[in-house]
Amino acid sequence: MSAGSEAGPRPALGSWRLRLPATLLVGAAIVVTWLLIAAFGPAFVAHDPIAVDLAHALLRPSADHLLGTDSYGRDVLTRLMYGARTDLQMAFFGVAGPFIIGTIVGLLAGNFGGIPDAVLMRILDVTVSFPYFVLVIAIVAVLEPGLTSYYISLTLVNWVSYARLVRSEVIVLRQADFVLAARTIGIGEIRVMSHHLLPNAISPSVVFVFTDAVLTIVLGSSLGFLGLGVQPPAAEWGVMIAEGQLYLATAWWIAVFPGIAISLLALGFSLVADGLAKLLHTAP
Amino acid sequence: MDRFAFVLRRPLQLVPVLFGISLVTFVLVQLMPGDPVRIMLGPRASADAIAAVRARYGLDQPVLLQYGYYLLNVLRADFGRSLAYRAPVLDVILARLVPTICLLAYGLVMSVAFTVALAVAAARRPGAWVDQMVRLFCVAGLGLPSFWLGLMLIMLFSLRLKLFPVSGFGESPVDVLWHLFLPALTIAIAVTPILTRNLRATLAAQSTADYAVAGRSKGLSENYVFFRHVFPNSLLPTISLLGIVVSFLIGGTVVVETVFNVPGMGQLMVRAVLLRDYFIVQGVTLFFAVGVVLTSFVVDIITVALDPRVKL
Amino acid sequence: MTAPPLLSVEDLAVEFETAHGPVPALQGVSFWLPQGEVLGIVGESGSGKTVACRSIMRLLAGNARIRSGRIEFEGRDMLALDERELGRLRGERVAMIFQNPSTHLDPLMTVGRQVGEALQVHHGVDAAEARRQSIALLADMRIPEPERRVDSYAHQLSGGMRQRVMIAAALACKPSLLLADEPTTALDVTVQAQILDLLKRLRRERGLSIVLVSHDLGVVAQMCDSVVVMKDGKVVESGPVGDIIERPRMEYTRRLIASQPSLMPPATFATHAREPILSLDNLSVHFPQSRGMAALLAGRTRHVVRAVDGVSLSLARGETLGIVGESGSGKSTIARAIVGLAPTHSGGIVFAGESVGALSGADRIRFQRAVQMVFQDPFTSLNPAFTVAQTLAEPLRQHRLCKPAEIPARVADLMRKVELPAELLTRRSGQLSGGQRQRVGIARALALEPQLIIADEVTSALDVTIQAQILGLFRKLREVMNLSLVLISHDLAVVRHLCERVAVMRQGRLVEYGATADIFAAPREPYTRELLAAIPRIAPPSPVTDAARHPA
Repeated sequence: MSAGSEAGPRPALGSWRLRLPATLLVGAAIVVTWLLIAAFGPAFVAHDPIAVDLAHALLRPSADHLLGTDSYGRDVLTRLMYGARTDLQMAFFGVAGPFIIGTIVGLLAGNFGGIPDAVLMRILDVTVSFPYFVLVIAIVAVLEPGLTSYYISLTLVNWVSYARLVRSEVIVLRQADFVLAARTIGIGEIRVMSHHLLPNAISPSVVFVFTDAVLTIVLGSSLGFLGLGVQPPAAEWGVMIAEGQLYLATAWWIAVFPGIAISLLALGFSLVADGLAKLLHTAP
Repeated sequence: MDRFAFVLRRPLQLVPVLFGISLVTFVLVQLMPGDPVRIMLGPRASADAIAAVRARYGLDQPVLLQYGYYLLNVLRADFGRSLAYRAPVLDVILARLVPTICLLAYGLVMSVAFTVALAVAAARRPGAWVDQMVRLFCVAGLGLPSFWLGLMLIMLFSLRLKLFPVSGFGESPVDVLWHLFLPALTIAIAVTPILTRNLRATLAAQSTADYAVAGRSKGLSENYVFFRHVFPNSLLPTISLLGIVVSFLIGGTVVVETVFNVPGMGQLMVRAVLLRDYFIVQGVTLFFAVGVVLTSFVVDIITVALDPRVKL
Repeated sequence: MTAPPLLSVEDLAVEFETAHGPVPALQGVSFWLPQGEVLGIVGESGSGKTVACRSIMRLLAGNARIRSGRIEFEGRDMLALDERELGRLRGERVAMIFQNPSTHLDPLMTVGRQVGEALQVHHGVDAAEARRQSIALLADMRIPEPERRVDSYAHQLSGGMRQRVMIAAALACKPSLLLADEPTTALDVTVQAQILDLLKRLRRERGLSIVLVSHDLGVVAQMCDSVVVMKDGKVVESGPVGDIIERPRMEYTRRLIASQPSLMPPATFATHAREPILSLDNLSVHFPQSRGMAALLAGRTRHVVRAVDGVSLSLARGETLGIVGESGSGKSTIARAIVGLAPTHSGGIVFAGESVGALSGADRIRFQRAVQMVFQDPFTSLNPAFTVAQTLAEPLRQHRLCKPAEIPARVADLMRKVELPAELLTRRSGQLSGGQRQRVGIARALALEPQLIIADEVTSALDVTIQAQILGLFRKLREVMNLSLVLISHDLAVVRHLCERVAVMRQGRLVEYGATADIFAAPREPYTRELLAAIPRIAPPSPVTDAARHPA
C-alpha cells in the first residue's frame, strides 16, 4: 500500500546493462589469456612436455628454460602450458554436465513440487552430508583413478548444487504475478517453465558456474597431486606439484610455478563470478 | 516448550538422512571392482575363512538383503576388514580419529577467528582500503589450492626458517599444537575466504538495514548499533554456514594430512584408495558423513536457541 | 512577540553521489515548525519528502551530501554539529518513527529493551529502571498487558502494535520534536486511524511538535496545522493546511488535490436492466495450513485458513463491482478463485451461464479469453526478461487470434488503447515507470478482448496522480469496450468513484453488499461504518464521508 516503492526484481538474462563491473572485465581478461596460452603457447616453445632428458634435470630458471626443468629434465614452462589445457578442460567439462542436469531437475522440482520435490530434497540432504572432496575421492576410488572418473563423479555429485539454487528461485517465482498472469492467459506448463521461470531463475546458477569452475580446478589438481586424478607422465599442475614435493629445498621452482598457475587461473574465474554477481544483483 | 519439542523432533528427521548415507556407502562397495572377499582376506585365504566372510556379509544373497546385512553390521560396528593393515576397519579408523579431530578443531578455531576479524574490519569501513583488501582476499583465496599452500608454508617456515616441524603429530598437547600449527593454518586459510565473504556481505547489508537506521535515530552510537544490533543479526545466517564449513574442512584434512604426514583419517583415506583397500574407504566415508550430519544437527540446535523467530 | 520556531529549515540543498555523478535530491527547500504544531510534508515518490525529513536529524544514506542551507533546531545549528553531538540530540530532543515497523525493529531483541535503549544511553538509567519505564511507556501507548508485552519480540505483535512500540521507543526520553516518516502507510486503514488518534493525543498531552511526511493528502489534512507540498526535490507551495487545500495556488497542488479519490465524483448507476454475467454462489476457499508431524500425531486436526467463507454475489454485464476490505479479508483470494488460480473448496462460480469449476479443454480456453486479470504490483506483474512487445504478443500468439504477420499491428493498437507511446515496445519492464507498467498489464489483459476484467488492487502501489490517470483509463476503456469490471481495493474512495455496487469483506466473510451510493449514505453494519469513518477526509468535508461519520 505504499506509493511508489524503489525495489525491483533482479534483471533477467538478456537485460544487460552497458556498464560492466571492473572485476568481470579483469577476470574475463585473465581467463582469455589462459585460453590463449593453452591454445597457442606450446607452438612458441621448442621443448617436449613428456620426453625424459635426465642430462638437463633440475636446472634453475634460465634463458633456455624460463621456469627451469624438473627431475626428469622436462621444461617446466612447456608442461605448465600443456597443463593449462587439462585444467581448462576440467573447468568446462566438470561444470557443464552438473549445470545442465541440475538446472533441469531444479526447474522441474521447483515448479511441480509434490513428490518429485520431496525426493529431490532428500537426495540433497544426503549428498550435502558427505564432505564433497571425500565423496569424489570415494567414487574415483571405485572407478579407476583418472580424468574420466573425475568427470563421472562430479556429474554424479555436483548437480545438486545447481538443482538447489534453481529450485529455490523457482519456488519464489512460481508465485510471482507475471507467472500467474501467464497461467490465466492459458500459457502451457512447458512454455511457462522455459520462457517465464527459467530466464528469471537462472542468474544465481550462472554466477555459481564460475565459482564452481574454481572449485573444480582446485579439486582436480588436488586429485592429481594425490595420484588419483590425471596420471603422470601427463602434464597436469597438481601432478607437477606432487613431483616437486621432494625438491622443495633444492629445486623449488618445480612445485612453486604450477601452484601460481592454478591460483592465477582460479583467480580469473573467481573475478568473473564476483563481477557477474554484481551485474546480475545476486550474491556471489 | 515448543523449542524442546523441536530438539526432540530433529533427530527423527536425521534418520532418513542417515539411511541415505548408508545407502550411498553401500552402493560404493557394490561398485568395487574385484571380489570383496579377496580384498579383505588376500589371495591365500582358506576356504573356511572365505565361507565365514561370505556368510557374515551376506555376499551370496540378493542385493537388497546384502544391504540389510550391511546395516546390521554397521550397527554392530563391523565395517569389514582391512587387508593392508590386517585389522578390522573400525580399529584402524579409531586409531587415527584423534589427530583428525584435533586438526579439525584447531582449523575451525583459526578460521572463525580470522573470519570474524576480517569481516568486522571490512564491514566497519565500507569502501575503504581494508574493505577492498579483504574482498580481494576472498576472491583470490578461493582458488588457492590447499596442498600447494601447505607446501609453500613448509618451504618457508619449516625448511627456510625452521620454525615448525615438517610433519607428524606430536606427543604432549603443547607439542601437538606446535606440530599441527601449519596444517591447521593451511585448512583455515583454505576455508576463510568463503566464510569471510559471506559474513562481510551480511554485515554490510545489515548495517544499512532499517532497524540499524532506527537505532541511530535514537542516538545510539555506531559501535553500539554495530555490536548490539548488526552483529547478532549477521551471526545467525553465518552460523548456519558452519555445517558446510566443517564439511569443507574435512575435505581439507584429506589433502593436508597427506602433505604434512599427519597420521589421521584423511591420510588413511588417501592411502586406502591407492592401495585399493576399499573397506577402509567406505568406512572413512561413512564416519565423515556421520560427523557432518552431527555437526549440522548441533548447528541447528544452536540456531534455534538463538533465534526467537523460528516457528516450530 | 512570537517565539522563534522550534525547527527552521532554510534553502536546503542535498545531493546523492552516484556512479553517474551527483544527483540532486533537494533544492532550495525551506520550511519551519512552530513549537507545539504539526507540519505535514506531502508529495509523491521522488519528491524528496523523506530526504527532507531525514536531513533534519542528518540521518541520510552514506552517499548523501548536504550541499548548502541551514537547519536550526531549538536554536542549534544542526549542520555544524559533529557526530557525537548529533548522537546526544537524537532520541533525546528529536526522535523519529518510520514507515515499516516490522523492519525497523530488531527481530532478535525484545521489544521492551528496544523501547528502553534511548533511556539507557541518554539518561544513564540501569536495565531494571529502563524496563520499568518501558512498561509505563507501553501502557501509555495503550498496548494491552504491557508487563507481558515488554518481553515479546517484534514478530509476535501485530502491525499496529509494532508501530505503537516504535512510537514508545521514540518518545522514551521525551523529545520535543517527533519526525514521522509515513508512519501509517503500511497499515490497514482502521489501524491507521487508531495510530493517528494516538499521535493526536500525544501531541495534546506532551506538547509534542511533529513533522509528518505522507503521500496521503487526507492524512495530512486531518493531522496537520500547516503543510509543505513537494515535487522533484523542490517546494511547490506551503502554508496553513486549510488554505492550501481550499485555495491552492500552484497547478501541481491543484492536480494533487483533484487526484484524491475521495474528491472524485461518485459512480453513476446505469438505468437499463442488465443480465448477470458472473455470480458467486456460497463460495468458500480454504487453505490448509500444515502442522508438523508431532501435532498431527498428537491428534490435532489440520488447521485450515478460511480465506473465503460462504460468499455470494453477482455482477451484471457492463457493471462495475467493487470488493473492498482490509488485509486478510479474502478479497484477493476471490479474484484468484474466479480466474482459477485458487482452488475452490465449496460453492460455485458461474460465468455466462456456465459453471467455471467444471470447464476444461476448449471451454476452458474460451473462458480464459473472456475473463482476464490485472495485478497489483507493477514490479512483479511483468516478466523481467520480456520486452513490452513480447508481453503483449504472447496472449495473441497463444490463442492464435490473428495471423503472425498481423501481430505487430494488434500490439500497436493495444498500446494506443492504453495511451502508451510505441517507442516503449522495445523496452523491458525494468526500464518503465510504475504507471507505465500498469498500463502494459492492462494492455495484456485487453489483448484477448475479454468481457470481464478483474482488477486486483491495480493502483495501490502507484502515486496518487498516476492512480488518477489509471482510474481515468479504466473509465474510458469500460465505456469504449463495454467491459464488466470487478475492482478489488482497500481504498473505499476509489471504489466509490468507479463502482456501482460494492461488497465489503472482512476475514473471509461478506459483511455488507449493495449499491455503492446506498452503502456510503447509510451503512448498516458497524464494520462498514468503522471503515468509512477511518477514511482520512480532506477539508472541505465531503458530504459522503461525513454522512458516514454521523449516520442519520
